[in-house]
Amino acid sequence: MADITLTIDGKTCKAKPGQSIVDAAKENGIYIPVLCNYEGLKPAGTCRICTVRVGGRFMAACTTPVGEGMIVESGTPDIEDMRKAIVEMLFVEGNHMCPCCEKSGNCELQALGYRYQMLVPRFPYLWPASQVDASTPKIFLDKNRCVQCLRCVRGAVTPDGKHVFGLLNRGDRTAIAIDHALASKMTDEMAQKAMDSCPVGAILRKEVGYVVPIGMRKFDSKPIGSDIGQ
Amino acid sequence: MSRKITIEPVTRVEGHGKVTIHMDDAGKVSQTRFHIVEFRGFERFAQGRPYWEMPVLVQRLCGICPVSHHLAAAKAIDVIAGAGTGEGLTPTGEKMRRLMHYGQMFQSHALHFFHLVSPDLLFGADGDPAIRNVIGVALMHKDLAVQGVMMRKFGQEIILATAGKKIHGTGAIPGGINKNLSVAERDSFLKGADPLNIEKMVSWAQGALDFFKDYHSKNKELIDDFAVFPSNHLSLVRKDGALDLYHGVLRAVDTDGKKILNDVDYQDYLTYIGEEVRSWSYMKFPYLKSLGKEKGWYTVGPLARLNTADFIPTPLAQKEFEIYKAYTKGKVNNMSMHMHWARLIELLHSAEVIRDLLNDKDLQGDNLVAKGPKKKEGVGLVEAPRGTLFHHYRVNDNDQVEMANLIVSTTNNNEPMNQAVNYVANWAFNGKKEITEGMMNRVEMAIRAYDPCLSCATHALGQMPLEIELLGAGGIMLDRKRR
Repeated sequence: MADITLTIDGKTCKAKPGQSIVDAAKENGIYIPVLCNYEGLKPAGTCRICTVRVGGRFMAACTTPVGEGMIVESGTPDIEDMRKAIVEMLFVEGNHMCPCCEKSGNCELQALGYRYQMLVPRFPYLWPASQVDASTPKIFLDKNRCVQCLRCVRGAVTPDGKHVFGLLNRGDRTAIAIDHALASKMTDEMAQKAMDSCPVGAILRKEVGYVVPIGMRKFDSKPIGSDIGQ
Repeated sequence: MSRKITIEPVTRVEGHGKVTIHMDDAGKVSQTRFHIVEFRGFERFAQGRPYWEMPVLVQRLCGICPVSHHLAAAKAIDVIAGAGTGEGLTPTGEKMRRLMHYGQMFQSHALHFFHLVSPDLLFGADGDPAIRNVIGVALMHKDLAVQGVMMRKFGQEIILATAGKKIHGTGAIPGGINKNLSVAERDSFLKGADPLNIEKMVSWAQGALDFFKDYHSKNKELIDDFAVFPSNHLSLVRKDGALDLYHGVLRAVDTDGKKILNDVDYQDYLTYIGEEVRSWSYMKFPYLKSLGKEKGWYTVGPLARLNTADFIPTPLAQKEFEIYKAYTKGKVNNMSMHMHWARLIELLHSAEVIRDLLNDKDLQGDNLVAKGPKKKEGVGLVEAPRGTLFHHYRVNDNDQVEMANLIVSTTNNNEPMNQAVNYVANWAFNGKKEITEGMMNRVEMAIRAYDPCLSCATHALGQMPLEIELLGAGGIMLDRKRR
């Protein structure tokens, strides 16, 4: 099939049919921020940080496929402010204590906070009474930090198709949970994979922490998105 | 008419403290108290958190000596991670932590002496408060100020290279360390451009001691007679009795030099040490159980360490230690202002230890972490700049901390600081009709000798105004002064 031509922020881009706007932008050196989108997983469009404007409508760029002649706005001031507001909302809806979180420096939410120069959120802190679940042998699950991106729900699946993680409750009571029976059979490798897939510090591997020295962490010297474009 | 004098907040200290002095109808001091008036709560925050988080979480107690908390917590967590009680680490893990710790000791002692204490010595207790501060030192004694700043910087750079950040790093992890020292980092300390190299630091530390000894020879009354009272002394010492600021056994001596805690394993500290709560302060009062609450209190910090240690295992500091000990004819030293002398000897010792470590190839090793069968409970002790620091954690079956107990240096020194305040208040205030700024500063000087770092027990940082209130017997304010 022939390539599709679209424009993103005025730049003419080539993309493959069926490709998402996020992936097409990435291939053309344009960074559109993502949190719930994760390589190898089917896009879910849960976090909306990748929101772009297509033909005057706001769309999630991770779930919207490219179209011929599509005109995409991504880096406009209003959209960037909207993204910043989403980052702020994610911070106030959880209990994020970056100073002692072992994901600090590797955390995508923190990195986006820096990208958007978030100082004081415009929304009041909700201080939810979240819990931790440390009862499984390999995983320390800190619900205070979960942004409900569903990466773990989609990614941590047993060979027979069972999900290790899932969401409980509805609305503002929604919380991440772990299947204790399945989690008890997790290997170190599976636990590490689950931790790596979490964009924040909600899923931690037990007994090891802070092993990567400051200066060598993912975002210590390379701000998020700098490997793709501005 | 009886009256109450309040010094609040105490200045040129880290943290928020208050002093109250009650005077009776005859104008005599009837009671003094040094209060810690804010509450921290870290022992509660720690509950429920994973044990490997403790060295990073709990160091947030303090922005001045976070390394001490980082390492004390790490040593306690080592025990839980099965890495032994201070001697099971790999050579690289152990020595990198020591380098971090002595870097911290070096920068903190430099800060304490040059920034916080030297103004009192250079300008006098009655000196103009407008210049009796670090800015005044910079204006009037530039060389000394530059040395203070650069020595602090050198120590901070050591911390950066070992912990990843100058303040609140992550270097110490359960059972070891997360990085070694690169050859480039090592060489920057050994051969750095003047003055930031270890030889200059050793030389400047010697210079600071010479400065103090010269000052001492001209101001014997202040240094020898200010806040002198009998005390027990407690610290870690190496198993052979040497001064060791990172690891050892617990030793305490009484005011006559008799060992009252004979080189015991600090994992059993609860057998020997109790903590008393008094209603007027958020800070507890630790004591040696064998002597009871009344007589069991003890001093920690440089003065105590040089009272408990038999010798210093580096040559230049040992030579100074011998001069220092000869001054009291080998007896226990209870002179509060000699805390500064002892501190400067430790400053020199730290520089020597850093030099030795930098020349040790183990720092470039790759075996960073040791592990073994997990335990449920661990105690970690280090000698922080201001004194012995206890961290104690117990975890549940899910690796969560269920109990944390911290006895910080400031807490250990609680009763001695109260004693010093009482001594100085009686000496300076008794029978005086007018309360001068210099008199109030003398009370603060007594606290500064022990501990300008109340952050472990309090939150407020920075320079704050000193306020004094004269209250009549009925609580009516008679006079109020503020600076």
